[in-house]
Amino acid sequence: MPDLIVRGARWKQQEVDLLIRRGKVLELTPYEKSGTPAKNARVIDAKGLTLLPSLIDAHTHMREPGQEWKEDIASGLDAAVHGGFGTVLCMANTDPVNDNASVTELMLEQASRSWPKGPRLAPIGALTKGLAGQELAPMEELARAGCVAFSNDGVPIASTELFRRAMEYASDLGMVVIDHCEDPFLGKGGSMNESPVSGRLGLKGQPWAAETIQIARDIELARYLNIPVHIAHVSTRQSVELLAWAKDKGAPVTAETCPHYLVLDESSVEGYNTRAKVNPPLRTPDDSAALLQALRDGVIDILATDHAPHAAHEKEVEFDHAPFGISGLDTALSVTWGLVASGDLDLDTFLRAWCYGPASIFNIAANTFEPGSPADFVLFDPDATWTVSAETMHSKSANTPLLGRTLSGRVVSHFIGGKKIV
Amino acid sequence: MNETSTASWPHKDLLDVSQLSVAETLHLLDTATYFQEINTRPVKKVPTLKGKSVVLFFAEPSTRTKTSFDMAGKRLSADTFSLGGSSSSIVKGESLKDTALTLQAMNPDGIVIRHSSSGAAQFLAERLHCSVVNAGDGWHAHPTQALLDAFTLREQWGEFKGKTLTILGDIAHSRVARSNVLLLNKLGVNVRLCAPRTLLPMGVESWPVDVYGDLHKAVTGVDAVMCLRLQLERQAAGLLPDLREYSRRFCLTPDAMAKAKKDAKVLHPGPMNRGLEISSVLADADGSLVLNQVASGVAVRMAILYLHLMRPERSGDTR
Repeated sequence: MPDLIVRGARWKQQEVDLLIRRGKVLELTPYEKSGTPAKNARVIDAKGLTLLPSLIDAHTHMREPGQEWKEDIASGLDAAVHGGFGTVLCMANTDPVNDNASVTELMLEQASRSWPKGPRLAPIGALTKGLAGQELAPMEELARAGCVAFSNDGVPIASTELFRRAMEYASDLGMVVIDHCEDPFLGKGGSMNESPVSGRLGLKGQPWAAETIQIARDIELARYLNIPVHIAHVSTRQSVELLAWAKDKGAPVTAETCPHYLVLDESSVEGYNTRAKVNPPLRTPDDSAALLQALRDGVIDILATDHAPHAAHEKEVEFDHAPFGISGLDTALSVTWGLVASGDLDLDTFLRAWCYGPASIFNIAANTFEPGSPADFVLFDPDATWTVSAETMHSKSANTPLLGRTLSGRVVSHFIGGKKIV
Repeated sequence: MNETSTASWPHKDLLDVSQLSVAETLHLLDTATYFQEINTRPVKKVPTLKGKSVVLFFAEPSTRTKTSFDMAGKRLSADTFSLGGSSSSIVKGESLKDTALTLQAMNPDGIVIRHSSSGAAQFLAERLHCSVVNAGDGWHAHPTQALLDAFTLREQWGEFKGKTLTILGDIAHSRVARSNVLLLNKLGVNVRLCAPRTLLPMGVESWPVDVYGDLHKAVTGVDAVMCLRLQLERQAAGLLPDLREYSRRFCLTPDAMAKAKKDAKVLHPGPMNRGLEISSVLADADGSLVLNQVASGVAVRMAILYLHLMRPERSGDTR
């Protein structure tokens, strides 16, 4: 396998040459200092492109097995790799649920069959059998089969006692629990943020307290047990305040938010727009501002897409009948790069949020561009524009409120383990 | 027939009263006044909408609204076709979109829809070429009820400005309340709401109303009280302790009405739970406008069908 040299890409404030040998980073040098490439090296001219490590998405829904008309692992990984993601963690709410080794193995088999050279699929096992919140799932079996974390995402566990035991059992295996924080009683039946807007539209709302009550529970359990817990898709200012308090107390709590909570708010639901129906719901502009600040401050550790594909006909129904979810893998990089371009997010925070943070929380290898790092990287054109549509997205489902919007920034090519995938 | 002209009517659909200006509202009420006379004739039929067809698509149970639209259409010589939720393909799992497109393929001039989902009328209006009239969507809006309530009150009051009306009962889940607040406030009425906190909507403080938790204070000095039907399942949903307690606190009784103005009126969109939200005595008393509302409903719906179905076709129609 000859050396690969990527010449002249922009990395942070300078142009660099990236030298790759046997799938690993050999060195990263300033462009002007690089010598003559070795004779048999393959050279790629990357002038004008931005170099990024492959991103890690800690929260996707692949829909396979069971709902392949929305997405299958092949199409989901297609969206991931074109969206800049080299590793995607996929949730367990498939049909059947990923609560035993055979489902995990099937998922990994489908990933290696459709994308043998990457991107990498990292299944998340169910916390409870069938996600029913009654009995713990066989976590050791799931971990051995290849699961990297556990979650009841989509169906929060109501029993605090059972959730405590799940945290303890996962901790024995050195694994992190991811919690979808929603009080199942307070949030029941709510299809958007509870606010004057829901009052006016005549829609049952989900109060922010439905989220914070569960986050408070998880923080206290993490403090009491001294066991880490990761909070999924944080959506409110009040959750941020709780997390800041928890971190101040040294509680082993980490958290994620999603691009849509940063750049959209509940006004997207006006006109009963089902493409903006997501759980937790889009909140207020004040919540978006608080989440962005929390990301900058490190109170929110990482970003995740919560990619939740649904077929067009499933969303083209009455608002209260529509399923929750936004398709996010295709648009996440452009949307959040837009925040970097506007100065709302600095590059180091961006890299922490999308790569080094999830790598650290879930114990996944990431490309730091240090010698020996996996040569997983993206060449990205920050100036390229594209319009979001079913045709320009690689996911099977185009259920996003960004449909029709023109975004800036497009992946030009993506390398995993030094091999060009797209 | 100047006062009933459709030439300037800009709306393809009637989805909510928020889309109507004061001038448009008054024009619609004036048109209804003209049609009301037809309803008193020995032969109650005119050829105004002859050749027009209207589908009455009621996916939720209804007696008075559906009959009222049916009668309104027939009195204007439109052909009306009824489609109920249980008799439509919705029970076979057909989506609302497919039901709508199927109906459209039959090329009706208008569809009147009642549906349990907020936004269902807008959903239809965005997909159909014909006029869509919202006959109640979820908790969201019931514009024709609000218009007939305004019509009924104008008959009594002559004008709206300076009048005060209390809406009493389950405001949170009431499309009637939402539409009436919007419309009556726009027309100059001071609107009060009265309900237990559990039956008030989130954000009610931003509505153009005064909110009361005490019935006697809420009706003191008002010109009219509109009672809302209490859905009995609210108790099972944990929103109320029991119906007896609700009745003791919020049932409109002669004792409470004594605090209102001397000639104050009582309205109810029906169906009524006598003794629960309104005392039977008041429902049948001289000040009760309950049956006036029903009578006004036919005239107002005649005006709505006329204005929407006979307006000239034009590009750039608004909803």
